[in-house]
Amino acid sequence: MNESRPATRAGAVAASRTDYASSGHLKAEVRGLNFFYGQRHALKNVELPIPERTVTALIGPSGCGKSTLLRCFNRMHDLYPGNRYEGEIVLQPSGVNILSPAVDPMEMRLRTGMVFQKPNPFPKSIYENVAYGLRLRFVNKRSLLEERVEAALRSAALWDEVKDRLHQSAFKLSGGQQQRLCVARALATGPEILLLDEPTSALDPIATSRIEDMIFTLKEQVTILMVTHNMEQAARVADFTAFMYLGELVERGATSQFFQNPQNELTEKYLTGSFG
Amino acid sequence: MNDVSRLIAYRKRQDWWFQIVGALCTLVGVATLVALIVKLMLDGLPLLMRWRVFLFSNASYMPDESGILMAWVGSLCVMLVTFLTAVPLGVGAAIYLEEYAKKNRFTDLIEVNISNLAGVPSITYGLMALWLFGYLLGLSSSVLVGGLTLSLLILPIIIVATREALRSIPQAIREAAYAAGATKWQTIWYHMLPYSLGGIATGTIIAMSRAVGETAPLIVIGAAGWVSNLPPSPVTSHAPFLNFRWLNADFTVLPIQMFTWTADPDPAFQANAAAAGLVLIVFTLSMNAAAIIVRYRVRQKLKW
Repeated sequence: MNESRPATRAGAVAASRTDYASSGHLKAEVRGLNFFYGQRHALKNVELPIPERTVTALIGPSGCGKSTLLRCFNRMHDLYPGNRYEGEIVLQPSGVNILSPAVDPMEMRLRTGMVFQKPNPFPKSIYENVAYGLRLRFVNKRSLLEERVEAALRSAALWDEVKDRLHQSAFKLSGGQQQRLCVARALATGPEILLLDEPTSALDPIATSRIEDMIFTLKEQVTILMVTHNMEQAARVADFTAFMYLGELVERGATSQFFQNPQNELTEKYLTGSFG
Repeated sequence: MNDVSRLIAYRKRQDWWFQIVGALCTLVGVATLVALIVKLMLDGLPLLMRWRVFLFSNASYMPDESGILMAWVGSLCVMLVTFLTAVPLGVGAAIYLEEYAKKNRFTDLIEVNISNLAGVPSITYGLMALWLFGYLLGLSSSVLVGGLTLSLLILPIIIVATREALRSIPQAIREAAYAAGATKWQTIWYHMLPYSLGGIATGTIIAMSRAVGETAPLIVIGAAGWVSNLPPSPVTSHAPFLNFRWLNADFTVLPIQMFTWTADPDPAFQANAAAAGLVLIVFTLSMNAAAIIVRYRVRQKLKW
């Protein structure tokens, strides 16, 4: 996967694209989800299955609710007052409803990992950034920490670039490296779902392509839900794509079918660039 | 064409005039400050040249042998009490208001009031402290009461500075910490406090340099103009090695000592006041310099 990367990747994508029906287990299922920012009805009756160990991409114009939906999965909305959920997101195999008031938002954040639009490493060393989630869980044994940090950095395709300077500040890394560091930080604790909120929107094309490669390998370990502003990116890395518009989930499907043969007129218009 | 060049000439003249006026304004400020320092130096330097006598003798009726020992030791003790009480209280309150408290009308009101308290005349704090510590708690004027009074005075400054520092931390950092499953306390302890330490330190030092020059509230609570003995040493040679009797000692501070000297009928004491003034200025300037260094260091280390 180096020189012939694009070709290999395209081939692999085609092979791995499957229908919802044949995709095996679901990792999570969004059922009848409504979300309100105070009075504003931001998500309207969203239904979305998330198959296990696949990449699901959410696309749509700015303000359509794709980030809002993503942030329901780790209850980030609970941080701010006046937000309200209705409906459920059922996590499998446990069958727990993520949005239930009985579920502590902290628990969901411990079970998921999140990467944000702009790289936001902590102003600490590379090592401490990755070890952070483990330290929060009171993992302090050095050998275990080192092992997990290395594994996470390898999964995020960053290990070779930083192995000699683990104790330097994370701010010395380039933007793309910082973003992969944030992925490593999210992976170190073995999350069940990895949430990516436009992870490449602040990066140049080369850094973007490295992140995409990484996502492609990562889905073997973890279920990925990503928001992207970039349709081509969804076409390149996602197994399933969902199109959102004005808070509604307009259409979803296996990526190849979704792009080649959209069922909804609105989806087609968006894909052909008539608006968005 | 002629009109245009005349217009340009007119506007250039306007520019020139404003430059002169601005320069004069600057000059008034700078000249006053320079004159003040020069005058203090002319009066006070001869005494400061014999700094061993001046720094290590008590004030007496002989101007030549009068020193500021009691005053600077008193200032130091009072500042220690102020520091130890104002910083934890101020930082704690700021963290609560910024990170925990719900944002509603009530907290808005508290916020406005705290900002306003920073501008309340210091003598008012003296009155309040007199009522609180003197009448209500029955304490007499002592290092402890003096320190607590100044602590009340600078509390709002520290709260405001800490809140500013906390607010300057990007929301993305908080979200990253929470998304990793951190509790509020873990977020504060691992992130908010370390990253805002620079701002807190600068705010604290600036507040302390204001407190060290305060006279009025201390006079109101009955600080002495003259004390005969140093406070007992806080460290002792036998167990438990710590001694808190210094908190109960009578005290005076540098600005009060200056005030007593300037009020003395013997004009020779003006020199002592000037020398003490120079010491106080050096004291506050070095504290401000420390604040600038801390701020610079922290800015170099953290960037968002």
